[in-house]
Amino acid sequence: MRYIPNAKKEIIRMMLDEIGVKDVEDLFSDIPERLRLKSPSEIGNPMDEITLYLEAKEVLSRNVTTDEFLSFLGGGVWNHYIPAVVDEIASKQEFYTAYTPYQPEISQGALQAIFEYQSLIAELTGMDVVSASHYDWSTALAEAALMSMRINHRRKHLISTAISPERLCVLRTYLSSLDASIIPLDYEKDTGFVDLDDLKRKIDDDTCMVYVENPNFFGVIDENVTELADIVHEKGAILVIGVNILSLGILKPPGEYGADIVVGEGQQLGIYQSFGGPLLGIIATRFDRRFVRQMPGRLIGMTWSKKGVRGYVITLQTREQHIRRERATSNITTNESLMAIRAAVYLALLGKDGLKSLCEKVLVNTAYLVKRLNSIEGLEAPVFRSKHFQEFLVRSQKKKWSEIQQHLLKRGILAGISLKERFPGYFDELGEVALLATTEIHTKADLDRLVQEIEEVVA
Amino acid sequence: MTGYFRQSRWQRKGELIEPTIFELSQGRKDGYYRFSIEKELFEEIENAKELIPEKLMREELNLPNLSEPEVVRHFSRLAEMNYGIDSGPYWLGSCTMKYNPKINERIAANPKVRQLHPYQPEETVQGALKIMYELGEMLGKITGLRHWTFQTSAGAHGEYLGCSIIRAYQLDRGEKQRDEMLIPLSAHGSNFASAAMAGFKVVKIPIDDKGCTDMAALKAAIGDRTAGMMITNPNTLGIFEEDILEIAELIHGAGGLLYYDGANLNALLGKVLLSEMGVDIAHLNLHKTFSTPHGTGGPGAGAVLVKDGLEDFMPIPMLREKNGRYYFDYNVPKTIGRVKAFYGNFEVLVKAWAYLKTLGSEGLRKVSEIAVLNANYAFAKIRKLKRVSVVYGEDKPRKHEFVVSLKGAKSEIDAPALHVAKRLLDYGLHPPTIYFPPVVEEAFMMEPTESDSKEDIDYYVEVMRRILEEELEKNPELVLNAPINSSIDRLDEVRAAREPILSWKIYVRHYKGKKA
Repeated sequence: MRYIPNAKKEIIRMMLDEIGVKDVEDLFSDIPERLRLKSPSEIGNPMDEITLYLEAKEVLSRNVTTDEFLSFLGGGVWNHYIPAVVDEIASKQEFYTAYTPYQPEISQGALQAIFEYQSLIAELTGMDVVSASHYDWSTALAEAALMSMRINHRRKHLISTAISPERLCVLRTYLSSLDASIIPLDYEKDTGFVDLDDLKRKIDDDTCMVYVENPNFFGVIDENVTELADIVHEKGAILVIGVNILSLGILKPPGEYGADIVVGEGQQLGIYQSFGGPLLGIIATRFDRRFVRQMPGRLIGMTWSKKGVRGYVITLQTREQHIRRERATSNITTNESLMAIRAAVYLALLGKDGLKSLCEKVLVNTAYLVKRLNSIEGLEAPVFRSKHFQEFLVRSQKKKWSEIQQHLLKRGILAGISLKERFPGYFDELGEVALLATTEIHTKADLDRLVQEIEEVVA
Repeated sequence: MTGYFRQSRWQRKGELIEPTIFELSQGRKDGYYRFSIEKELFEEIENAKELIPEKLMREELNLPNLSEPEVVRHFSRLAEMNYGIDSGPYWLGSCTMKYNPKINERIAANPKVRQLHPYQPEETVQGALKIMYELGEMLGKITGLRHWTFQTSAGAHGEYLGCSIIRAYQLDRGEKQRDEMLIPLSAHGSNFASAAMAGFKVVKIPIDDKGCTDMAALKAAIGDRTAGMMITNPNTLGIFEEDILEIAELIHGAGGLLYYDGANLNALLGKVLLSEMGVDIAHLNLHKTFSTPHGTGGPGAGAVLVKDGLEDFMPIPMLREKNGRYYFDYNVPKTIGRVKAFYGNFEVLVKAWAYLKTLGSEGLRKVSEIAVLNANYAFAKIRKLKRVSVVYGEDKPRKHEFVVSLKGAKSEIDAPALHVAKRLLDYGLHPPTIYFPPVVEEAFMMEPTESDSKEDIDYYVEVMRRILEEELEKNPELVLNAPINSSIDRLDEVRAAREPILSWKIYVRHYKGKKA
């Protein structure tokens, strides 16, 4: 067994002698006899490296990638370009094989990298304090809801209906064991913006938090978000904003329109799609004791050494499970640190101008695709009369989207998400629509190809 | 021996270690990296300046302006100031820091793994589904629990899902009053937190002199409010719970379910089936037992497995196979819902799959045998050292890890476990888990795993001997002032908590220019 240095008879003998037993089996003698297996469960024969490599290659050949097919899939994970530098840094053993930096003196690299991640996300979101990472956007949202409940001890959560049903489902699960309820918050039928009148109708003194995304699940840049804070705070509730983190290269950050907690998906910052995981859950909040003390998850802080050298440690650990147990702010231990390091490298490399140019490219691609699709007879794009970032809804007036998709799949195109088919029971009011995403990865030729192929199918 | 290890130290003027990216780019007005927009595309957009509403236009953004070589050097220097498994021994008890095979990394980096979108049609991802399915079936055989999901990203996430399933099960039976979760005092802190998050009241069960669950206390705690019990076996003392069968019987007899925390499964692979131990639900940490890397804290991946009869409570979707075709099934009648979007940390699953394929049945059993051999060998040598004592189950063999107490060194120094741990750093050894489990004073919780050679173990023991028997007697200052060979000397964690500087922004606002 090539991974086990001591799997040699003569070494085992020497070690057994030192322990004072005859056989390795003696070390298992305290396990009740009837539990001890005579032979291990059958999971196959061992493989040498090359056999494994060839088997993996064969199995993986049954996948079609978003490199091979032209993909317009989004809705929670997006196909972005990942600069080579990100892979290079993330594949350094000092980062990827290390444990959680509980021994700060030999873990300054990871600690500083994650501190920089926290700092970069704080700048992007306009907030002050960012957790070292959560599993993904959906769990970050669930944790933000629990955090809000710990802060104001209220029960009602007003949740925008313009969010991913998967996210909503996770939130529902996390709230299900508590005395809490989810109240849907409508969007305006023509613009897709959050419906402020609906908010005013529904918010009351038992409202714990209000959750709105910007840009929302439909890619709509919500112009009503700036009105939220006054309404929410007047009732003593907490404003939680979900963001497309990339869009903050060009859009006003939630910290500037009164968000108390910001959540989002960091996958767009240099992390592969990988069939939906690992991802990077973002939680950010204000530098306010009430909020910081209730933050879930790990936090890295700057400090100084005995000799006065500046360094970094895991801090405010008394919130965490290994100290506080059942009174912890969260059970989270293992998080997505390596993904946070990827995000830090990505943002450090792009910088302000790189990120802005990326946003501009995404905006131009989005606008161009919307315009071209809308010119096709039988299609309506975008469904909402508003500005969009990266994603938008297209309505088909004659054909079913699933049918269009089937045709395009045969031609090597993954043509977005049919909401009806993917999320049965949600978004019925929207009819035959698909959510399409475009990123910087698409060239004009790619966009033209999609338009041309759709045109042929719809016609 | 002191010259054995010296970590990189990138310090400027002896005052700060490698500057932050914000400091590195100070005074720079604009950046380097650009995405270009095709001219023809731009010309098609009439209102390019109005693509976002004016009132939502960003005005300021403080991100660094650095060239590519500067970014690469910065993060490379940081990497050099970090200790990984490939750097040397890493005996963190209950963390199973085993070697991360490189072929697994290569396979997982394949675009056929990374460039897949979770909403692709199933016929375009049959390879991915096959890997997940095969991994699930292998884990099913290893545990004896037939139904599995990979939706959880970490051990604690798995605990939460397990507790949610217990809750759903009890509610489904109309046993709403069952709101108590029994947890032994020696359990990982996350067990208590996960049970609380799932809405349970935690009932703590003490342990006896042998280091096992106190059966009398357990019997007294069980009642008609018992929903279930969370057990770690071998427990965090590295001791196999010898009464496990009786525990399972008691819990089941009282109408509860037995949940198994898989953090310590590395002791039992191919040796014991969890199903035979009476386990109803288990989570396995693929990032511990199944060799996937920890990434400075994550991503991990969990499999949660349940026995027959509990499958209807599993999260959606479940992966199934029919005539060689794999598909997701969203029709799970009493599902608890979802605990994460999509299907789990797929890239991590691929690595665990590759690991199991490499080992095969016999290799898997070998892993546990040698992990247990290594632990007992190290235990036999370390327990003989001066100032080291064994608190529980003195005569019992350990499994994959063991706990010793350093309280014998308290006459020389305060907080010996902390200081000895720091001194280990100077010898290039990652210290064990310290002060855990809390039932042991000045605890050193050590887990060599099967990845360390006999020479590695002998070196570790020799360093421990030198610190405990020589340095503490002749020169305790060496231990108190450790580490000296690391990138930085002892950090002030109390100050970090008192004056939290949690981002660069906070530093600039409140502390810039301040010194220690």
